[in-house]
Amino acid sequence: MEGGNKRVNEFIVIFLGMALINNIVLVKYLGLCPFFGVSKKLGPALSMGMATTFVMFIASVATWPINQYVLIPFNVKYMEIIIFILVIASLVQMIELFIKRTSATLYNALGIYLALITTNCAVFYLTLWNSLYDYSFLESIASALGAGIGFTLALVLMSGIRERLDIADCPKSMRGLPIAFITAMMLSLALLGFGGIL
Amino acid sequence: MDKFRKQFIAGIIVANPIFVLALGLCPTLAVSVTIDNGLVMSGAVVFVLVASCIVISTIRKFVPNMVRMPIFIVIIATFVTIIGLILEAYLPAAHASLGLFLPLIVVNCIILGRAEAFASKNPVVSSIADALGVGVGFTLALVTISFFRELLGTGGLSVLGVDLFTLPVLGEHPLALFILPPGAFLVIGLLMALFRWRGVIKE
Repeated sequence: MEGGNKRVNEFIVIFLGMALINNIVLVKYLGLCPFFGVSKKLGPALSMGMATTFVMFIASVATWPINQYVLIPFNVKYMEIIIFILVIASLVQMIELFIKRTSATLYNALGIYLALITTNCAVFYLTLWNSLYDYSFLESIASALGAGIGFTLALVLMSGIRERLDIADCPKSMRGLPIAFITAMMLSLALLGFGGIL
Repeated sequence: MDKFRKQFIAGIIVANPIFVLALGLCPTLAVSVTIDNGLVMSGAVVFVLVASCIVISTIRKFVPNMVRMPIFIVIIATFVTIIGLILEAYLPAAHASLGLFLPLIVVNCIILGRAEAFASKNPVVSSIADALGVGVGFTLALVTISFFRELLGTGGLSVLGVDLFTLPVLGEHPLALFILPPGAFLVIGLLMALFRWRGVIKE
């Protein structure tokens, strides 16, 4: 029983750590292209966040056995960059095909974002992170879910603010990207407050 | 030669990957804490960019259109692995401080963007010019950002391990905010606004 509790605790610590303290967008600066590109409206931001969470989950599940049973035993860890990126790219392609065949509504909602996720550095970083810290299977699922939720949180927060920013009066040269960066700085500053709670 | 020069200059200012196109932001923000980190990262990116553009432009006529993306990604990933191993062998300290951001060059949109938009359609010489121009533009942007972050965040400057100077007041009370994550967003946002205000870059 005690061992079970400890495992649950570790799961929660990794999950919260990835979602808030080391928020993958605002503290680790990953996935900034979708963060600035798809955060203009709330709806698309939420879809992008959910699609990314899904891909992160699947990618972690798929790369863990490859890392544990192929790369480490055969001592070819240096190949992980090439292997992982290929796994992610082909997974995304397969998911896209699968969704296209099974659910037209889901495809219309997520379709264009799925293609973008292949080159989303947050997903790639997550798989490398899991292998660097030698996470167990459950731990890598926790970190994938945490990272995905953190990514969605950052995107949704940002899009809420940007919808208001559009009607705000700010200097001409600040409009668009510069003011978005300053807003991101405020959000990042707020998340720094979580440092040290775990 | 004139065409080479034009292609080279375009990447530096008019189509600066960071300040104008807002591409490749992730490594830019993460490694711009000190100038040294910025220089090593830029060097690695320029190497991967030029090498992959040469290879992609050389094989552009044999690559079937349908599978070009996976092929480009494998070529880029190969060069990233090479530069990663070289840095680990000769500059272990720099390799350690860049950490996971070195392998992330694979998914840097600047490189895949140049490969897809330029090198896969143009001959080798102009692809090299394009890659060098974009690489120098990336380096300039990265060094500018890390200059301000290091100066304000630590109160002094050091290049290649040599301390240049320490500011009188800031040296004792540095603004630590600038080396923390929020500082990166602040510096890049303000620089972008400044360049637009002075008309260096146009929307």
